[in-house]
Amino acid sequence: MYTKNLIRALSVLTPLALLASGCGGGSDQDSEEAGLSGMVAIDGSSTVFPISEAMAEEFQIANPGVRVTVGISGTGGGFKKFCAGETDISDASRPIKPTEIELCAENGVEAIEIPVAWDGLTVVRNPANDWATCMTVDELARLWQPGSTIQRWNQIRSDWPDEEIVLYGPDTDSGTFDYFTDAIVGEEDASRDDYTASADDNVLVVGVEGDAGSIGYFGFAYYEESSDRLGAVAVDNGAGCVAPSRTTIENGTYAPLSRPMFIYVKPNALAKPQVRAFVEFYLNNATALVPEVGYVPFLDERYEELLGGLPAGM
Amino acid sequence: MSADRFRPAQARRRRAGQIFQVLCVTSIGFSIAVLAILLVDVARDGLRWVSWDFLTHFPSRIPERAGIKSAILGSLWMMALTAGISFPIGVGAAIYLEEYSPRNWFTRILQTNIANLAGVPSIVYGILGLAIFVRFFGFGRSVLAGAATLALLVLPVVIIAAQEALKAVPNSLREASYGVGATKWQTIRYQVLPVALPGILTGTILSLSRAIGETAPLIMIGALTFIAFSPTSPMDPFTVLPIQIFNWTAKPQAEFHELAAGAIVVLLIVLLVMNAGAILLRNKFQKRF
Repeated sequence: MYTKNLIRALSVLTPLALLASGCGGGSDQDSEEAGLSGMVAIDGSSTVFPISEAMAEEFQIANPGVRVTVGISGTGGGFKKFCAGETDISDASRPIKPTEIELCAENGVEAIEIPVAWDGLTVVRNPANDWATCMTVDELARLWQPGSTIQRWNQIRSDWPDEEIVLYGPDTDSGTFDYFTDAIVGEEDASRDDYTASADDNVLVVGVEGDAGSIGYFGFAYYEESSDRLGAVAVDNGAGCVAPSRTTIENGTYAPLSRPMFIYVKPNALAKPQVRAFVEFYLNNATALVPEVGYVPFLDERYEELLGGLPAGM
Repeated sequence: MSADRFRPAQARRRRAGQIFQVLCVTSIGFSIAVLAILLVDVARDGLRWVSWDFLTHFPSRIPERAGIKSAILGSLWMMALTAGISFPIGVGAAIYLEEYSPRNWFTRILQTNIANLAGVPSIVYGILGLAIFVRFFGFGRSVLAGAATLALLVLPVVIIAAQEALKAVPNSLREASYGVGATKWQTIRYQVLPVALPGILTGTILSLSRAIGETAPLIMIGALTFIAFSPTSPMDPFTVLPIQIFNWTAKPQAEFHELAAGAIVVLLIVLLVMNAGAILLRNKFQKRF
């Protein structure tokens, strides 16, 4: 789905850049650029911020002459600044909207969309729970929607045991909460509130681990680290049960609990050596740094493809 | 004999007085208790992170490496520029209003507006600053744009404080000055201002203490969250302590919450030093009549 957006954005915004995209653009020159200087101004989504922050930190260690700034105006706020020509790169947790493309076009700003990582969620259960190995989106929605009266497992499916359900989830400040409620319940921030909420994923892991009837959700990267202590609930979005894994997240079949995150860059910013070096650094180091801040990286080939797809210098 | 008639009432009046006193003590006790709880809580979480390294390192995604150098420098730049802009303008405006302006409807409208501006939410100044300083004047997302915005924010308070200080200067002083042949300018320059200065400075520093804790207008004009270099000119991008604190409290890891508490401790110390400075200045220059 993101490739469609990529193509749309590219074809609408950068016909020229598409033509120029050979394989000469991105070679493997990640941190050797001594003597680079100037500014790289980034703003946008607070969800993408941790990745850009990590990239900015490492990039400046490798290139002390370059000043990278990262702000958190939100995806929409970031695009406003980006389209006004105030930033080089915009972080976005969703694809650019047509209205934003128009706004950019009015100011003569083009945007190249570069997906950088997956934001994935995992619904987890206690390993002793051998019945709820797969749930439909509708079942999850009935369980989590505001005012839900489901207290026992057999209220979800009658052949499940008559055992109490104990719910764990992130607190309402969390982006994970926004995203889960949006994807499952269908309305952002709409959730039942009689669950154990914590901003600390550790609390959620320990909670679900200690209670046979419990269920909870948090970021996929965190589940990966604790998969020996917890079981994942596969999600059925109408096309059969799909368990979360790097593969199913990467190929988009694990829906609706995974979404791509993007950076947008202007072709004329990409013409500046320090911005180009930063974007290449971003793609070259994503595999290492993305999991460190809690997100799922693409497969290596995807990053190489994206590197190769960068428009050549102008 | 007639004094006897007051005796029963006297006991009641004394009791009312005692109740009032207890209420007052409770009020101050409540304020102090809340402050103490905040301080103890913050210090317990954050104190172990406050070290020389914490002050001299740039922020990082790894808690052990993280510091507040860019935030402290940004806050200091911000304060210096904000003071530099708001002090002359604020004191000038106050002198006009107190010493020169005619007492008519226009002055009254001006006065009411200034008082109202002091109550405008700070985010509104952020929007104004974004439109005027960042975009129209083309300052960009710079320290200067931020300082100009904060100067607008504190100006009403500076003006009102300076006016109060000028009002407190006894009129006999002005009359005596005129009496020995001094002009209006000489009277203001050599008699009124020196006497009013401690009050003006106190008001200015207290209003700057408000500015140093502001987050919303600076985020609005595009102060940044991650900066790993020191601003070296007024046109550089910047971050400030409250933004760094806000950023850290938003992170999921507990270590960053403790780092935020550490930064709060530093911010409180800066505030304390500023307020102590205000008191010292006042005591140094104060004359009594």
